[in-house]
Amino acid sequence: MFEAIAFYLFAALTIVMFSITVMTKNALYAMSALAAGMIFISGFFFLLDADFLGVVQIVVYTGAVMALYAFGMMFFDSTRDIKEKNPSKKVVFLLSGMTAVLLVIIVVAPIISQKVTPLYPMLENVGNAEAIGIVLFTKYLVPFEVAAVMLLVAMIAGIILASKQMDESLTLIEDEEIEKKAVQ
Amino acid sequence: MITLSHYLIVAAILFAIGLVGILRRKNLLMLFFATEMLLNAVNIGFAAVSKFYGDLTGQLFAFFIIAIAASEVAVGLGLLIIWYKRRGSIDLDTLQTMHG
Repeated sequence: MFEAIAFYLFAALTIVMFSITVMTKNALYAMSALAAGMIFISGFFFLLDADFLGVVQIVVYTGAVMALYAFGMMFFDSTRDIKEKNPSKKVVFLLSGMTAVLLVIIVVAPIISQKVTPLYPMLENVGNAEAIGIVLFTKYLVPFEVAAVMLLVAMIAGIILASKQMDESLTLIEDEEIEKKAVQ
Repeated sequence: MITLSHYLIVAAILFAIGLVGILRRKNLLMLFFATEMLLNAVNIGFAAVSKFYGDLTGQLFAFFIIAIAASEVAVGLGLLIIWYKRRGSIDLDTLQTMHG
């Protein structure tokens, strides 16, 4: 009963928040609505007994990713409304819906058509975080290390890209001058 | 009673909203937001399948997807900042430099 109430509440809130993100003209509203939607999605994870994933969703997505977006938006003019020209909305909505349904069918069809047996079953009297840790550090150790290296490379790349020629404004000079300065 | 299909339908709706965002918006920052929505919708699907089939693999894949999303944001925002410094706007139409 409570599970159903929580599910429908989180579903409605998430859909509303993400719709605001897609539809609004203001970048700041979009970012705030997206952060709220991420928090509500962590509610889904707690409902699904994926406690570790819910905590990671709050900490990494809402804490780190949205903070990074908020920091990046300081570089952009975020208060100005975005002017966009959209040729035909109906086609876009139709195509999006059809693509989403098609993708879900592609993913679900093999699950329904054959008997699925768990590869790493959830054990009794083992907590969710502990179980994930056991599987992650025994079966998925190499992907985990690769993900760690990827995060390091992305961090260094982000620092280098954002701090490139930080001492001058690149909007006030032409492309040729930038290339000339890069050669020197 | 909430079943697997309930969760998959919600994930599909969120995925559709994200796709609308990707196809509709011309602002590159909004495109990034829409990408995050797609990744989150897929994560819900993974976690739901993981619970209703009693398998931990779905949760692990969702975990790796979150790691990929974090690194994507780091590199993507760096590129966006460089583009904004050069052009003064992050409109998608300004990216069309190779007309051939």
